[in-house]
Amino acid sequence: MSSSRLGRLLPWVGAPLLIVVLCTIWEVSVRAFDVSTLILPPPSLIAERLGELVQDPEVWSHAWITASEIIMGFLLAVVLGVLVGVVLGKVAWLEMTVRPIIVLLQVVPKVAFVPLFVIWFGFGMSSKVIIAAMLAFFPIMLNVLLGVKSIDPGHRDVMTALNAGKMQRFTNLDFRSVMPYLLAGMETGIVFAVIGAIVGEYLGGNEGLGYMVVRTLNQLDAPGLFGVVVLLAVLGLVLYGAVFILKRFLIPWHESVYAQQGNVA
Amino acid sequence: MVQTSPAGVRSDAPTPENNPPEAAPATFSIKSVSKVFATKTQRTEALQDINLDISEGETVSLIGRSGCGKSTLLRIMAGLLPPTEGNVYVSGKPLWKGHAVESGVLEQLGVVFQEPHLFPWFDITDNIALPLKLRGVGKAERRRRATELADLVGLGDFLKSYPRELSGGMRQRVAIARALSRDPELLLMDEPFGALDALTREKMNLELQRITLATEATVVFVTHDISEAVFIGDRVVQLTPRPGRIQSIVEVGLDRPRPLDVQATEAFGSTVRDLRHALESEES
Ligand SMILES: Nc1ncnc2c1ncn2[C@@H]1O[C@H](COP(=O)(O)OP(=O)(O)OP(=O)(O)O)[C@@H](O)[C@H]1O
Ligand SMILES: [Mg+2]
Repeated sequence: MSSSRLGRLLPWVGAPLLIVVLCTIWEVSVRAFDVSTLILPPPSLIAERLGELVQDPEVWSHAWITASEIIMGFLLAVVLGVLVGVVLGKVAWLEMTVRPIIVLLQVVPKVAFVPLFVIWFGFGMSSKVIIAAMLAFFPIMLNVLLGVKSIDPGHRDVMTALNAGKMQRFTNLDFRSVMPYLLAGMETGIVFAVIGAIVGEYLGGNEGLGYMVVRTLNQLDAPGLFGVVVLLAVLGLVLYGAVFILKRFLIPWHESVYAQQGNVA
Repeated sequence: MVQTSPAGVRSDAPTPENNPPEAAPATFSIKSVSKVFATKTQRTEALQDINLDISEGETVSLIGRSGCGKSTLLRIMAGLLPPTEGNVYVSGKPLWKGHAVESGVLEQLGVVFQEPHLFPWFDITDNIALPLKLRGVGKAERRRRATELADLVGLGDFLKSYPRELSGGMRQRVAIARALSRDPELLLMDEPFGALDALTREKMNLELQRITLATEATVVFVTHDISEAVFIGDRVVQLTPRPGRIQSIVEVGLDRPRPLDVQATEAFGSTVRDLRHALESEES
């Protein structure tokens, strides 16, 4: 009993404790060896700079722009990923036709195309939205495709024997059995969307947290750079958390959620 | 028209949804059904020229070696697998039109598969009541029926559980409850009690007998167990493998309902012996 309670507390107590310990070591060694703050600023300096950043309304507007790019790109990827995934999952000859292309696109490092998107869609938000969407699209589409093809034939038989209509099949079977696959794709997809938007901001434009990274770099403001990275980490965490909560809410019956709820000792 | 059994297997408050215009109790007629499976590597003649008439309210047990085509025959009768030749007639109406099913006929059918095939996203209540949901029965009525049926199969305490929390035998009992929820006139059961312990199995055999007598359902019951086949069936049909053919049909001359101790009688014993001999003589 008590050991399982300890197990549940461990991530919440142990991880922060570990971070505190690591930061202390970092702080002490930077001071002890007199490392230049340009190369590695001590955590205390970063914290100070972070404090300034979060009080600056300009930073918030940059953060908001990045967040919007990610969310819009991600939603676009979800819509397109579900559409394409379902169509390819249902139409076997089409899937076989495009399969080689999908494999090819998968192995191509898609970030290599980012400059091209900046040329095509400009330095504003739309190019970043599209880059985020492109990166998030593949894991979502591929998972949905796999999900559609993995619907249990036994379950299909049950529905057939019950003389279920098309819509009834969809709501009671297809939709529900694809859901875990879609959410797994979304978990990967949201992380990719964050990467896409930030890389897009690195390369073009003058807004967003990715742009702030470049700007602090050019100003040789290492503590500021670290501060912005922390903000980006928080943003990524919040977005990932949102998908994670969505998953708990939508598929509480699924193994991936069920075990985490402490149902299994 | 409707007999209300002690545990209320038939709902006693008929509504248009859960009691569709009831046809006369149904009959099954299998006419020269053959099935050939052709894969790249192999051509399996799973069934060859099967002919069988099952009258209303009759229970037919189907036995035979593993792989002799029992499930295949049941799937053809359930509208899941088109026969290569021949057809199945339900109360005189053909079930198959080429590769398409006469879907109206399916409404009379209840099917228990060899595996439970429960839906992991539904709790036990919703799994049992799924057939009613598809028929548009309201939530309250569905819950009432599910509770009733869960009690019947001894799972009254698990209504809110999910399939993953149940044992194999418990899942199979849920599948049985699901098949019964529409009060089918025709019940097709593929080794429904295979995953149960001997005592639960006997209890389920008695329940099945009670239910099918009360609802006058026509039943096809697949089993590996010869004495179960004799206990349950009015007739026992024995299939031989490759090609799957009817080897013998044995009349069980015992009145139903049968108490469990019928198994100790000489008539029961000799029927079981005859069937065992028939099965053994198959090896030659
Ligand atoms: N989809 C299929 N494709 C190819 N062959 C099949 C298919 N389904 C069944 N068969 C073959 O048909 C034969 C009969 O199979 P079936 O499942 O009906 O046997 P069974 O009598 O139900 O066996 P068991 O008692 O083990 O369940 C087997 O030889 C099997 O290999
Ligand atoms: Mg079988």
